[in-house]
Amino acid sequence: MADTVDPQGGGIMMNYLFDPAHWSGADGIPTLIGEHLLYSLIALAIAAVIAVPLGIYIGVTGKGVFMIAGLANALRALPSVGLLILLVLLISPAFPSRMGYIVPSLIVLVLLAVPPILTNTYAGVRAVDAAAVDAARGMGFRTMKILTDVQLPCSLPLMLSGVRSSLLQIISTATIAAYISLGGLGRLLIDGKAQNDYSQMVAGAVLVALLALFFDQLLAFITRRVVSPGLTRRTVKTALPAGTVNTPATV
Amino acid sequence: MNFEWLGRQFDNIVFLLGWHVLLAVAPLILGLLIALPLGWWAHRSRRIYPLLVGAAGLLYTVPSLALFVLLPLVLGTKILDPLNIVAALTIYTVALLVRVVADALDAVPEDTVQAAKAMGYRGYQSLLKVELPVGVPVICAGLRVAAVSNVSLVSVAALLGIPQLGSLFTQGFQLRFFTPIIAGIILCVVLAMILDGLIILINRWLTPWTPKVVAS
Repeated sequence: MADTVDPQGGGIMMNYLFDPAHWSGADGIPTLIGEHLLYSLIALAIAAVIAVPLGIYIGVTGKGVFMIAGLANALRALPSVGLLILLVLLISPAFPSRMGYIVPSLIVLVLLAVPPILTNTYAGVRAVDAAAVDAARGMGFRTMKILTDVQLPCSLPLMLSGVRSSLLQIISTATIAAYISLGGLGRLLIDGKAQNDYSQMVAGAVLVALLALFFDQLLAFITRRVVSPGLTRRTVKTALPAGTVNTPATV
Repeated sequence: MNFEWLGRQFDNIVFLLGWHVLLAVAPLILGLLIALPLGWWAHRSRRIYPLLVGAAGLLYTVPSLALFVLLPLVLGTKILDPLNIVAALTIYTVALLVRVVADALDAVPEDTVQAAKAMGYRGYQSLLKVELPVGVPVICAGLRVAAVSNVSLVSVAALLGIPQLGSLFTQGFQLRFFTPIIAGIILCVVLAMILDGLIILINRWLTPWTPKVVAS
């Protein structure tokens, strides 16, 4: 019964998770985790390919700054559930089979993942100490070399924090996409709700939460490894341009 | 858009809008009230700051639909209880604002704090009458992010069957009918913009000393 939750039902809730029958087969938990990750990583890759070069371009040239603030705010206000359902109804008739659900879901995921990467890449490039850029130029570095050897390494911490927000947003929203019959861990939540099986819903919720926590920590770890040690002592906070609020994003 | 349908559904839509406003605004106020003392605590103690900000970051990581489903276990509520949504969004709001409040208080110039002390303000008086007011613009910036994302997050609760504007999305999906979906999206965005605008106004009202033209 999904409506009546026994607060002492910790044992019951774990039944689903620890039943070996749920860990194999085409709709087993490993398959669902695999699907969830596949959609998430594809969406993240597409978002990064769009947002990183655009963010660098805007950061270096200063063109299109107005777009950044507007886009970030406007997309934050858009309800992802509504957007997802709207796109499915619009796009799915054009595609046969499962692609009719996968394509609109990927579009929504990419749309939500672009702003955090874009704004942070831009802010990162902007925040690079002008003296460092001048010094590099003084040493005879060309524009391209300044970009790859000075500006990008310096903006990496902020850029990666944007990627981290984006991935969280994607993992979250991919869960919701199960409602429009996409695969992934959201299936457990949506099917559990449909079948009044609270233990299945809890299993899904626990797994999604763990997946998000794991990838968040993984990206934090990667950030520590790839960021130049010379940069870690500096507080990025004070170097941010005015008006940039660097906040995590979750749906 | 089928306006005839919208006309017939008017009462229902107003009912859903009312719930949406309540479910988005109540956590914002509760979250601010909880985040103010916590943020002050994080600002005061170098040891507590990383702990609180780290815990807030972890809480923020949990996807909303998962949090909505897990909270009944903690609160002993039913899964259809709107209280779960209020609790979940309060958690997100606190998680976002703790750091904002701490950083806002950190950013108050030391001269200002010293001047307040020299004028005879005691600890809590200086906090309430000088440090917090000076930190208002930063706190409001965080509050705007929380308000707008709350409005969007509330609609996720429709997947669990809790009535608010998100119900228009699920209804539209079941009927393969665009009108409720578009109406729901427009109402969500307008609601988010109104809340955002209200916070900007409150910010101006609380900080009359700042220049009139503020880059948003």
